[in-house]
This record gives sequence, structure tokens and C-alpha cells, in this order.
Amino acid sequence: MKRWLFWGVVIAILCALPRFLGDYTLYVVSLTYVYTIVAIGLNLTLGYANQVSLCHASFFGIGAYTMALLLAQGWSFWLILPLSGIFGGLFGAVVGFPALKWKDHYLALITIAVNIITFFVMVQESWLTGGPTGVSGISRPSIGSLSFASDFNYYYLLLVFCILAILASIWIVNSKWGRAFRAIGLNELAARGHGISSFNYKLLAFAVGAFFAGVGGGLFAPLLRYIAPDAFTFFISLEFLIMIVIGGMGRIEGPIIGAIIVVMGPEVLRMAEAAYLIVYSLMLILVMLFMREGLVIVLDRLRKAIPARVGSRE
Amino acid sequence: MADFIQLLIGGVSMGILYGVVAIGFVLLWQTSQTINFAQGEFVMVPMFLMVALHIVLKIPFWPAFILMLVGSAILGYLFERLMVRKLLPGGVLVIVIATLGLSGFLRYGIQIAWTPQTLFFPPLFSTEPIRLSGITFSPEDIWNIVFISVIIVVLHLCIKRTKLGMAMQAVAQGRETAELMGINVRHIIILVFVLNSVLAGTAALFAAPIFFVRYDIGIFLGVKAFVAAIIGGFNQIRGALVGGLTVGLAETFAAAYITTAYRDAFVMILLFIVLLIKPEGMVGIKEEAY
Repeated sequence: MKRWLFWGVVIAILCALPRFLGDYTLYVVSLTYVYTIVAIGLNLTLGYANQVSLCHASFFGIGAYTMALLLAQGWSFWLILPLSGIFGGLFGAVVGFPALKWKDHYLALITIAVNIITFFVMVQESWLTGGPTGVSGISRPSIGSLSFASDFNYYYLLLVFCILAILASIWIVNSKWGRAFRAIGLNELAARGHGISSFNYKLLAFAVGAFFAGVGGGLFAPLLRYIAPDAFTFFISLEFLIMIVIGGMGRIEGPIIGAIIVVMGPEVLRMAEAAYLIVYSLMLILVMLFMREGLVIVLDRLRKAIPARVGSRE
Repeated sequence: MADFIQLLIGGVSMGILYGVVAIGFVLLWQTSQTINFAQGEFVMVPMFLMVALHIVLKIPFWPAFILMLVGSAILGYLFERLMVRKLLPGGVLVIVIATLGLSGFLRYGIQIAWTPQTLFFPPLFSTEPIRLSGITFSPEDIWNIVFISVIIVVLHLCIKRTKLGMAMQAVAQGRETAELMGINVRHIIILVFVLNSVLAGTAALFAAPIFFVRYDIGIFLGVKAFVAAIIGGFNQIRGALVGGLTVGLAETFAAAYITTAYRDAFVMILLFIVLLIKPEGMVGIKEEAY
């Protein structure tokens, strides 16, 4: 009961937030929602199933380009958004094939290679992608008379999708799929011994993770109204990795905490881009050295400490 | 034909550089199961060190070079001491993530602390092209090939013939057994880390005039060296060299004869082809523990 109250208050605050934010801050919070969705996808692939993906920016980009290019063809946003996810997911399943044979550093390198190749395709195949300058003039959707064209309205659309993504990830993690992901992540051999097809579930882990990234991309393109290959480089994949590692791999809260820190941190601290990248790179090392569970354990400790004083909660 | 030979020389000179960096990679993996995703930055940092010592502080070439190698060695030592030692028990993935962090830290650190711009480094050798019966080539490439080949041969002999080298091989084959034979495994591992970063520092000297000195040069160098190690065979020094040459030649010829647009992507495609056809690498030996 208290839990519902807590989340109700959080959502109410988030709904009221745009009234108090300036244009730019509103954009940063909106961007945080988009990145949260992508990071949730990576968390399913890497955090739960333990399959390294350093090409989530590719999946993200495929979703974004699907949206931008099909919108230009006059398709409806509501039809393209699932397609963004499906194209991202299909590509993810293809990328997942090497994971059947290779893991850890091999898989990391292979997925870096995938990201480099897709980046080159985005830059070079300008007949399709618009080349280095990308696609501009991307429109925002509407439902009947309700238009999401303004930054203010589009914020709410992103908020809804972000909440849906979080709920979907909770559902997946607790489903048969999620248990299979975790089993493979913990010990592949033992999982196979228990009749879990590592073939199916590894591909599925990539496909589902990439689906989230694709949907994120589909929401990203109308947010910026402009996309270019620079937004989908290997370095962006690295930022997604930083998000879930700092936040906490294999935890629902992980990608949310990570996206908030990585996207909003630089704005709050008013740092130059390179300066915050130093800080995050250092955090990646420090988290691996001293706090492998990520910042989510700080939350866990708080949660344990508070009910002890206020009275039991769960 | 003249074109072909010119490209061949250019490709080999490039490839042998990748090869040296890849050899360091393979040595680290063999002796301590460390994968260094910051390997490219271990070349980039000495490049800047060399610029700082030789061009900014105007220290003469040889003392500057030796100081740069000392700097590289310290980097390698600290890498083992402060990071790898604590991370190894956590498994390969932990090392992968942490070294990705290290690569970012060094990359953006240099960008902020020094410059985001490209610095030039004077060529080590004459760049006056030599013409020989219709073939034009730069002496720079030839000298690079000669010097790096000598370094690799010396390294090879050290590993095969000296007591220390044999101790390294023993550690690579089996840590416990090596320990029982009275080898100080800790010291050997530190030695390999220092050796790796010194090799990378040497590669930096030759790479600086060719690639120029830039904070983000390490990414492509590191990825290509890693690809070289994999397509050559991860468990062999010979493999790293073959892989490096393959990468250098493939990208040079592909850029010349197919298209320059995908120059850096060709290597990645090559990686997929080798992984599909011969996953243990071109001269590698099959092993269970991937």
C-alpha cells in the first residue's frame, strides 16, 4: 500500500515537473526518459543474460532511422514505433548469433565491430540515411486532436513510454524469459543442464534488449527532430554501458539511476563534455574495483535503514 | 605492378606496427588472462609524452625516447598494480569493463589536460621518396619495417632463449606448475605488463609521424590490434604478427582497389570472415577456453 503511494507521488511529481522547468531542462529530462528505455534494454542483455553488447547505439540508431525515414514517407508514428522496435530487435537477433559461440572479450570486440560498421553505413550510404548530415525536419505525432508537437506535450508521451518500458522490464524479468536469462547469465552450462536452450535465450536476450533500444530510437528521432550518425557511435554504446554499470547491472533500478546520472549529471554540474566523460570513465573503473553491484546498493541500504525507524514497510 | 609494390610496402609498414601492439596484447592474455581494451591508449599516451619531452621541453631525441619508455613502463606497472591485480578474480568481463573505463579516462584526460587538437610529430627518417626502376617508395616505410622487425626478432629470441623468457612461457602454460618450479609468478606478470607498455611505447614512436598525435587515436589502434590478435591467433606471438600484417595489408589494398569510404570498416568485416571460417585464427591453435 505504501509502495503504491510512493510511486503515485513520484509520478505526480514527474507530471507536474514541466511547469517548473525551462525549455532546455525540459529537453534534458525528456532525453533522460529516452536513454532510460535504451539502458533498460542493455540491462536485459548484459545485466541479466550476461551477454556483452557494445553496439546498443546501433540498435538505437536503427530505431531512430526507421522512424525518421518512414515518417518522411508519410507513415503514421503509431505504426512506425513498433516497427522501430522490431527492426532493432531483428538486427539484435542477428548480432546475437556470434554470442552463441563467443563471450566476454570476443563478444565485446565483435559488437564494437558491428557498431563501427553500422556507423560507416549511416555515414556513407547517403541515398538512404542522408549521409553525415543525417535527416532533419522530423515531425512529432498526434492522437486525434491531441498533438504532441510541443516540447511540453511530447514530454508526457515520453514519460508514458518510459513507465511502460519499466513495467515491461519488470514483467520480463519475472517471467520465464527473465529467469532463463538470469540462469544463462549465472552459469550457462548449468542452465543448459536444466533444459534451458542457450541457443534460443541468448538470441532472445539480444533481440529483446535491442527491441527496447529500437523503440528508444523511434522516440529519440522526433524528440530532436533531427538525427545524424554522430548520435549512434560506439562512444554512445559506451555511455549506455556506463549507465547500467554505474546504476547497477541486473537490477530494475540500475538503468534508471544510471540514465539519470549520465544524462542529467553534466547539466547539473555544468561541466564540459570531456570533463564529465573523464568522471564517468573513472566511475566505471571505481565501480568495478569497489562496488560491483553499482549505486543501487546505496538505495538498498537506505531502504533497509528507513523502515527500521519508521516501522516495517514490507 | 609498380602500384602494387608501393602499396605492399606501405601495407607491411602499417601492419607491422599493428603487429607490435598486438603482440603486447597476446603476451598479457597468455600470462595473466588480462584483456586490455585500453591498449590503444597505451600507444596514445606515450605519443603525447614524446611530444612533451622532445618538442615542448626540447630534450634531445634519445634521452627523450628513453624517458618516454620509462613513462610507459610506469604506466604498465601502475595498471597491473592498481587495477588488474584486484580485478582478475572477478573474471574477464570485469576486466573488459574496467579497461574500457581506463581507455576513456586516458583519452579524455589528455583531451582536457592538453589539447583536443592534432599535434604533428616530425618524421624520424627522411621522407624524400626513393625511385627504383619505376617504383616510388618512402624510406620512412622501409626504416619502420627494418627497425620494428629487429625489435620483434630480439623479443622473440629473449622469450625463447633467456631464462626470464622461458619463465614467461612457463607462467603462460600453467601458473601453479610454474610456481612449483620456483618461478616468482608475481614478478613475471609485472614484467610482462611493463614489457607490454614498453612495446606500445616503441610502437608510439614509429606511429606518431604517420598517424599524427591526437587524443582519440587510441580507439582505432587498439581495436585494430585486437582484431589483429584475433585473426592471427590469440595464443601465439607469431599469430599477432601475421594478424597485424593481414590487417595492414587488407586495409591498404582495400582502400586502394575497392573504396576508401569504408577504409576502417574493412578490418571489421575481415574479423567476421576469419571468425566464421577459422575461429582459432590464421596460425592459431585450437583451444577450449574462449
